[in-house]
This record gives sequence, structure tokens and C-alpha cells, in this order.
Amino acid sequence: MNWTFTDTWIVITGMLCALACALPGCFLVLRRMSMMGDAISHAVLPGLAIAFMVTGARESLPMFIGAALTGLCTALFTQWIHRFANVDQGAAMGVVFTTLFAIGLMLIVAAADHVDLDPGCVLYGAIESSAPVVPGEFPRAAAVLGGVFLVNLAVITIFFKEFRLSAFDPGLAETLGFRPGLMHYLLMTLVAVTTVAAFESVGSIIVIAMLIVPAATAQLLTRRLVPMLVTACVSGALAALLGHLGAILIPPWLGFRGTSTSGMMAAAAGWIFLLTWIFAPHEGLLSRFRGRRAGGSDLADAPAGIKRDPESPGVSPH
Amino acid sequence: MSTFESWWEILTLNAHNTRVVVLTTALLGAGSGVIGSLLLLRKRSLMGDVLSHATLPGIVLAFALLSSAGLAAKNLLPLLAGAMLSGLAGVGVMVAIRRTTKLRDDVAMGIVLSVFFGIGVVILQMVRELPDSAGLGSFIYGKTASIITADFIGIGIVSLIVLGIVLLLGKELVLLCFDDGFAAAQGWPVAWLDVLLLALVTLMTVAGLQSVGLVLVIAFLIIPAAAARFWTSRVGRMMAIAAGIGALSGWAGASASAAMPDAPAGAVIVLASAAAFGISLIAGPRGVWRRQMELARLRDRVGRQHLLRSIFEILEQPASTPVNRPVALDDLLEKRSWTPRDLRRLLKRARRHGSTEPTGNGGFVLLSEAGFGEAARITRNHRLWEIYLIRHADIAPSHVDRDADMVEHILGPEMVRQLERELEPSALLPPSPHAR
Repeated sequence: MNWTFTDTWIVITGMLCALACALPGCFLVLRRMSMMGDAISHAVLPGLAIAFMVTGARESLPMFIGAALTGLCTALFTQWIHRFANVDQGAAMGVVFTTLFAIGLMLIVAAADHVDLDPGCVLYGAIESSAPVVPGEFPRAAAVLGGVFLVNLAVITIFFKEFRLSAFDPGLAETLGFRPGLMHYLLMTLVAVTTVAAFESVGSIIVIAMLIVPAATAQLLTRRLVPMLVTACVSGALAALLGHLGAILIPPWLGFRGTSTSGMMAAAAGWIFLLTWIFAPHEGLLSRFRGRRAGGSDLADAPAGIKRDPESPGVSPH
Repeated sequence: MSTFESWWEILTLNAHNTRVVVLTTALLGAGSGVIGSLLLLRKRSLMGDVLSHATLPGIVLAFALLSSAGLAAKNLLPLLAGAMLSGLAGVGVMVAIRRTTKLRDDVAMGIVLSVFFGIGVVILQMVRELPDSAGLGSFIYGKTASIITADFIGIGIVSLIVLGIVLLLGKELVLLCFDDGFAAAQGWPVAWLDVLLLALVTLMTVAGLQSVGLVLVIAFLIIPAAAARFWTSRVGRMMAIAAGIGALSGWAGASASAAMPDAPAGAVIVLASAAAFGISLIAGPRGVWRRQMELARLRDRVGRQHLLRSIFEILEQPASTPVNRPVALDDLLEKRSWTPRDLRRLLKRARRHGSTEPTGNGGFVLLSEAGFGEAARITRNHRLWEIYLIRHADIAPSHVDRDADMVEHILGPEMVRQLERELEPSALLPPSPHAR
């Protein structure tokens, strides 16, 4: 294997992406909105198209702003349809993002004469091309993702109490005057900015995966919020490293030239989740199986009445 | 004139090509509407999204296997079989996560979607070097405008299968969607029903993906069902309406896109169904307009009743038998936590309703004959309910006012008669339990 500084930068970029995504991802998972990252990454298409039509060039700042605004609109519209029309949240999300995506496609085709916007390229993205070729150059993707990570970290640290309470008990948060609605939109802004910033530089599969899979892994390992956030960050970063190693090692072994690093990072996150699912100390399949065999005090054997409520968030707020 | 004629030709399915396209999308819309209704009720509307992504590894794996075996790699059936298998694997993983961990549906869906799609992209990027792989993209993204008769037959068969199974197992599937715990307690194989429902979704997704593309499949599984929910609260009717909306938007959208050859057909059809959703959202009997109207009417009534009772209680103050006379607005303001603006609005509404009469003095309000009677009745209901709560529900007299407040507005005449029988109030208008 021939490890170069480019590989180092790819891994660093992937890790920063994982860190930036894992923080809001944990709250998305706790608030039952895991599919939001997927919805936003599809729904930003009209924002990109409008930004392009207005500026007439593929400048990244206007595109970023357009995409982030559409992402936020996705969250807003979803929330409105969910609240005022009493539609299930998943369905509301689906209606909004498919419609926005369709509008985006129409806009792109309408401007097709002078536009080079490929929906496929928006959806795939390539982390490989984000790394520098010349030593000593600081890649833009790493800078953007590092910045997004720091912003996410700062916002979540500052509003930690509010986020925690609104994730676990929005009713109590409302009573105590914490404005869970405002916290919801703040979280959605973080998710939209993170999603757009990340997929612009490294592709959307990795964003959707890194938002959810590390957080789900962490939820199997701990029942406390701060350890959950830390575990999610660590397992996401590990997935980035293993993903790149896999992208280097596996294709030659199968006789191919190369493959998508972003996809491999998503797959690596999936493998880490699978291992956790099997081997986790309390929640894992093995320990559940053993507990059932030993006939011990495992909850799996408890009568239905004292079993944990499957609808409860499953992580304690402390 | 010619544009009108071409529109007419398209809408009435005269040209053979458009006829196949329009009928296929309408059929897909109808089938997706039926299965989407069940998904919506099971709160898994995004399952189409998940499965359409989860089919990718199967498609490219099947392609790679065919290609390395030296067969024609564009053969449709093996690719569809691969898509189906990997979709089913996704369903299996999802149901397993749901049943063996504390993670919830949305998380399980997100994991399956992103990891399967990631694996799919990994394989896709590897096999790109193989010959004959150029068409894989269009296979994945669909080609609505070039639907052929084979697509129509395929989607027709799938729709028939879905419809047949839903008709056969309708009761069980509906039970699964409404209350899976109860279904399990009744002894139904819930896990298998769940897998069956999701397998039907996979079938629908695979059939649609290939002919109309990713976005439209996802949209058809969600939007018609969500729109139908605004028109009815009965499952059977909801499925029928969803099928109708799906077919209608497929027909209208495909016709429109045939008239606008530049526009991407899938997107036009999605927008047609989004328009149907928007109309249902506003105009449907369970839609926003009706809800807001009903809420406003209820708020109106509650506000007026509060006003009347407050006036009546002031009239009661000096003498035990209340006599109708003008009441000072300042006294009213002290009664409840009204701002002067709230009170002015309430008074205007009461005036329009005929409950009050003009006094000629802006600082006073006088009940009309009808308003006085209504006020007495409302106060009496409130008192009866308060006494009932104190005697039979052990609510402290100091707390009872607010609890009674919530119910008094919806006490029907029968309830009042029953309260009278149970409590046998000594006076026609019992005194307030908040002793003064």
C-alpha cells in the first residue's frame, strides 16, 4: 500500500465530516427525525438551481446560501404540514422533499441551455477530489467541514441544557420556558448547514450515513447523552478511517482499479453498527441471547407490563 | 387551435406511445396509492425512499455477475431480481433492527437507506470499468418518456398482485397498521405481516423504479396517500381515494409532460400529485380550512359563554335573584384575565349574536332577553358540573372552576338532565360553590 499525504487529507476530511454530522445527528435520532438529512440533501436542488440562475455562475457561496435556505425551508414546510394539517412527520417530509426535488429538476431543465448541473453529481459527490495534490496546501473541504464542526460544537455546548430537555421532554421544556420550537428550528438550521456544507465537498451519501449511523451505534452502547455524543463522534471518525482503508485495499483484491471513498465510508459506518449490534455489552444480540438462555433478569424475559416502553427515547437525559 | 387539438389527443389517449406512458403511470399511481395508504398508517411513508435506495447494491451486483459470466449484462429480469433481493434484504435488516434493539423505525430506515446505498455506490464505482455499464445510470434513474408496453404489463401485474394481497389480507394488514401490539396479542404473525407489507412495497418500488424513476416512485408512495387522508377517516375509502388521486395525477402529469416534451416527465407527474395534495390539504373535510373554521367557531362560542357567565355572576352580586340591568365594563374586566381589547372584541361578537342590547353608554353592557336566558342557562350548567365534580370526583372546591370551564361548553341537554337527576339541586339556580 502506498500511503501519501493525499490519503491523510482524505481521512482527515472524512473524520471532520463525521464529527460535524455526528453532533446534530444524535439529536435527530433522539427526536425521531433521522430521515431529515436524506430529505434535505434531495430538497436543496431548487436552491442550487435558483442560485445558479440568479448569479449565472457556479460560485460556491451563493450556491451554498441557496441550498442552505432551501434545506431550512424543507424543515419549515415539514413542520407546518405536520402541525397544522396533522400529517405524520415522515409523510410530511416525503411530500416536501419530493416536491422540492421535482421543482429543482424542472428549473434545471428550464435553464438547461446554459447550465451544467448534473443531479447525479449533486447526489454522489467525491471526497477523493477534495484532497490537495500539492503538499502543504490546506484543502478547502477540510476547512469548511472543520468550521461547520466548530460551529455545531459551539451551538450545542451553549444551548446544551435546552437541546437536551427539548429532545427528551418537549412538554416540560415548554413549561419551563425553554422554547422547544425555537430549539427545533435551531437544530434544523444546524442540520441544513451541515448537510449542504458536507455534501458540497464530500457527497451526500456520506452525510446521510454519518448523521444517523454513528448516532444509532452510540445509542446501542450508552444510555446517557454526553457519552452518546462522544461515542458517535468516535465511531464516525473510525468509520472514516476504515472506509478509506477499505477503498484502497478492497478493489485491487477483487481485481478492480478503485471505488468511491464516500460510499466505502458509509459502508464502514454500517459495519461498525453491525458489530455493535451483535457485540454491544447490554443491547447486543449476543448478550440478549445469553441473558435469555441463562434465564436471568434480562428484560427480554420480563413480562410485557414491566418491559421498557418501546416508544420511550431509550437514553436517559443525565 | 393546434395546441388544443394536441392536448385533446393526449388527454384522450389517442396516440399509441402516449397512451402506454399515461396508462402505465396512472396504473402505478393507483397501485402505489393503495400500498402507500397502509405505509402512511404504519407511519413508514418514507419506506419507498429507503427501498429505492436499498435496491442499488442488488442491481449492480447482478450486473457485475452477469457481466463476469459473459452474458448480456442488460438483461432486464436478472437485474430486477437483484433489485428485489437486495430490497428484501433491506426489509429484513430493518425489521430485525426494529425487533432486537431499542432503536426506532426512523433510525432503522435511515441506517438501511444510507448503508445499502453506500455499498451500492461502492460496487457501482468498481464495476464502472466493466464493458456495457453505461446504461446502468438510466436504469437506476428511470426513463418515463420512453415507457414501452412491457413496462405497462410489468406494472399491471405488480399492481394486480398488490391489490389481490391487500384484498385478501386487508383486515390483518389494517390491524397491523393501527395496533401491532393488539395484533400480536391476538396471535397474528406480526413480524411476517410486516415483512409481507414491506415486500409489497419493494415489489412496487422495483417495478416503478425501472420504468418511471426514483423520485416518482418515492412521491407516488407518499403523496396520494397523504392527500387521501384529508378526505376520509375510513381505511377502505382512504385506499380507494388514494388510488384515484394517484391515477389521476399520473394521467394528468403524464399527459402534461407529453405536451411539454422538454420537461422531465417524472418531475411533472410529481408536481401534479403535489397539486392534488395541496388542494386536499386546504379543501378536504379533514383539511386545514375546515379545522381552522371549526377551531374559530369553538373559540367564538367559548368566549361568548365566558362573557355571558361573567355578566350573569355580576348581576347576581347584590341580590339573590338576578335582575337584568346594565353592567359596567370595568367590573367585567376584573372578573377574568381579559385585556380591554379582548373584551371589546367579545362584546362586538356578542352584539352581533344578539346576546346584548345597546345601552347608549359605552362604559356599560346590557343583556338582551335571549342573552339573559342563555346566561342563566350557562351559569346553571357550570354550577351543576362544579357540584358534580366536587361530590363525585373529589376535586377541591378551589380547583373546580377551571376543570368545569373545560367541559361546560360541550355539555349537551341530555348530560344536563342527567346531572339534574343525580344532584337534585334544591334551587333552580344552585349557588356557586366558591362561597363568598
